[in-house]
Amino acid sequence: MAKIIVVTSGKGGVGKTTTSASFACGLAQRGKKTVVIDFDVGLRNLDLIMGCERRVVYDFVNVIHGEANLRQALIKDKRFEHLYILAASQTRDKDALTQDGVQKVLEDLAKEFDYIVCDSPAGIEKGAMLAMHFADEALVVTNPEVSSVRDSDRVLGILQSKTRQAINGNHVKEHLVLTRYSAARVANGEMLSVEDVKEILAIDLLGIVPESQSVLNSSNAGLPVIAEPHSDAGQAYSDLVDRFLGENRPMRFMDVEKKGLLGRIFRS
Amino acid sequence: MGFLDIFRANEKKSAVVAKERLQLIVAHRRAGNMEAPVFLAKMQEDLLAVIRKYVQVSDDAVKIDVERDGEMEVLELNIVVPDNRTN
Repeated sequence: MAKIIVVTSGKGGVGKTTTSASFACGLAQRGKKTVVIDFDVGLRNLDLIMGCERRVVYDFVNVIHGEANLRQALIKDKRFEHLYILAASQTRDKDALTQDGVQKVLEDLAKEFDYIVCDSPAGIEKGAMLAMHFADEALVVTNPEVSSVRDSDRVLGILQSKTRQAINGNHVKEHLVLTRYSAARVANGEMLSVEDVKEILAIDLLGIVPESQSVLNSSNAGLPVIAEPHSDAGQAYSDLVDRFLGENRPMRFMDVEKKGLLGRIFRS
Repeated sequence: MGFLDIFRANEKKSAVVAKERLQLIVAHRRAGNMEAPVFLAKMQEDLLAVIRKYVQVSDDAVKIDVERDGEMEVLELNIVVPDNRTN
């Protein structure tokens, strides 16, 4: 039976799509048959981050409305075996998604895949609610910044009360993914630390992704950053996927690299 | 901490302020304040109308908060009346 994982945050621009792409890619690299679905109907982006924007013929909404079957709409990644993408529609609006329609597609996918990754849109409107609704587990992507943390808390409230698991008396397993982390600013007392965010949100930490230039570089190229083995963010996502699959990987990127004596004295 | 930071040691770091603010917000949400009774906004309007029969006050003169204290709910009402003695 497939596991359904939603990547969510409430706030926009914190790294949901980057995380969805790398997480799904990492699972596929480890031999898990994985599909990643873009729930951001009207503003699709996942196809760009995954570098398959020119191969989208049919999308998620077409499948829900019976205009195409899943086999036609699923895009098989050319670089990673076991990885498939289901793009969002660019022309419809979010009302094109229905709960029954989404459920049917997820049930069909569950027969073939090990993992179904749902890339949620920002906000807490229909698309986001549906992306969360059927989830077994959730990656809550958060920046160490007040508005992002508050939105994550709000999303946690929804996961705990409005999802299928919650309605059935179970709970969605929540994981904190702290992105755009700057150890130097934390050391200066200018940014919430990992411990601060963990304490406020009270959920388990799955990974820390450092603020990194390679995220932009890899999105320019349409390659999930996890596929860049030399990049710090790529390594952070690799660790994160290993941890998700039960491996023991110590947290990295939490501390500032040591500076020389002069650097320490004159640090502003 | 750098050498020059010694002179700023008493200033509260912004991350500490952020954490304190967030802890308050989150505690409020967990306490169930997201589902504050819907009549609160309406009651606030009515109260404002009643007060205005007697004193001119601004729109934000009436503040209502619900605090949950164990089994009890405490309705906290704050009305700011302008100081007219100078008139």
